Amino acid sequence: MMWRGMVAILVLVLAWQLAVTLAAPPPYILPGPLPVLRAMVVHFPQLLSHLAVTALEIVIGIVAGVLVGAACAVAMIASKVARSWLQPLLVISQALPVFALAPLLVLWFGYGLGSKIAMAMLIIFFPVAASFYHGMGRVPPQLLDLARLMGGGRLAVLRRIVIPWGLPAFASGVRMAAAVAPIGAVVGEWVGASRGLGYYMLHANGRMQIAEMFAALTLLLLLSLFLWFAVDRLMRRLVFWEPVTPRRDP
Amino acid sequence: MTAPTVVLDKVSLSLGGRQLFSGFSLVFDGGRTTCILGPSGCGKSTLLRLVAGIGPRPERGRVEFCGGGGPCAWMGQEDMLLPWLSLHDNLLLGVTLRGERDQAAEQRARTLLARAGLAEFGDLLPARLSGGMRQRGALLRTLLEDRPVVLMDEPFSALDALTRLRLQDLAAGLVGGRTVLLVTHDPLEALRLADAIVVLAGSPAAVVARLEPPGRPPRAVGEKEMGPLHGHLLSLLMDGGRP
Repeated sequence: MMWRGMVAILVLVLAWQLAVTLAAPPPYILPGPLPVLRAMVVHFPQLLSHLAVTALEIVIGIVAGVLVGAACAVAMIASKVARSWLQPLLVISQALPVFALAPLLVLWFGYGLGSKIAMAMLIIFFPVAASFYHGMGRVPPQLLDLARLMGGGRLAVLRRIVIPWGLPAFASGVRMAAAVAPIGAVVGEWVGASRGLGYYMLHANGRMQIAEMFAALTLLLLLSLFLWFAVDRLMRRLVFWEPVTPRRDP
Repeated sequence: MTAPTVVLDKVSLSLGGRQLFSGFSLVFDGGRTTCILGPSGCGKSTLLRLVAGIGPRPERGRVEFCGGGGPCAWMGQEDMLLPWLSLHDNLLLGVTLRGERDQAAEQRARTLLARAGLAEFGDLLPARLSGGMRQRGALLRTLLEDRPVVLMDEPFSALDALTRLRLQDLAAGLVGGRTVLLVTHDPLEALRLADAIVVLAGSPAAVVARLEPPGRPPRAVGEKEMGPLHGHLLSLLMDGGRP
């Protein structure tokens, strides 16, 4: 799996170099991989400090989004009243274009971490809540009957059966969330920030330093990949009973 | 533990606009195994759910436990083992849900696993076990509940013939003294395990035959009395229960 990923990246970089060699676009349109690497080395300390800010926004966004999403899902499965109130909210949270909210979030939460975390959270909240809720809703009714006959109380059944049953779906939601969280943080930085990779990219673009912009973009890609693999590993540990790969092809 | 007699008294129930039972009465003797046979859709499983109190409530009539009672233990066609719990922990699901898990329950689980030849598999997750082992686990989980009434809804139907025979022997040895209601499609299974066999048919369902095979369960497959009884039961089922 790992080596295949490496080969895919190598092929992409080679294709990039080939396109630059063949089409020879001006460097302010598309720089080649080598100038980008050079820009990354030269501006590394600066890039690293911006990377740290974006990483912090994404990680806090993921943790907060996952916690709020999971809490909503559990509340919805446990209580009819919570379900009737939260289900429309869940749909509304997706119907609203989150990117259009970015300026408002910056206005409300400021130019710092708050608005970016709020953006990431808004994006993450839905996939986590929706998948966890549907996963918990798929407990076989025979199993619930069995638990009832065994004398299990509502809380015990929720804790011992319903929540664990939903964990594989929760894990899928969290994986999806980890993939989209960087979008939220970067869009937040584009709208209003003084730090972070999104801000750096915008700034470099304004100065026509396209190689620097690509360097920031590459770092963002690496950060997203790292986060996704870390989350995937964590989820595999959480859902240790699920096979790593699907049992059979569709 | 006193195994109660289970009485269905003039029970009426319709499901989806179809009258399944109308003034249906039947007595299941305490401490004995009664197998319920019948064509598909005649209401066997619904009957079991009525007794368990987990299905729809009867529109008229009642279900009574005479001389004991309380909640029943249940075993279905699917093992319903929780995939994230070891076999040992799956056996203890009931006591865990009730917050009654203690050393004595742990010991009971270990003893049951040993009796079923599963002692060395207690720490494994269900995904690592064969279908037969999983169903044995489900049987042990049912027995660990130590309830006087055990309800079994086609518990061995998904297993291959050999595993089914082995499990029937194990079940017969372990459920002794309890009031057992076992729904099955298989007349041979009923003949091996039952103290009494009840054949249901018709809509609304009625008891079209009740018989008590000679000898004590588990009966050997080759016993000579089994042949004619097997034929008789098969013809009853083929006729849709018409006498």
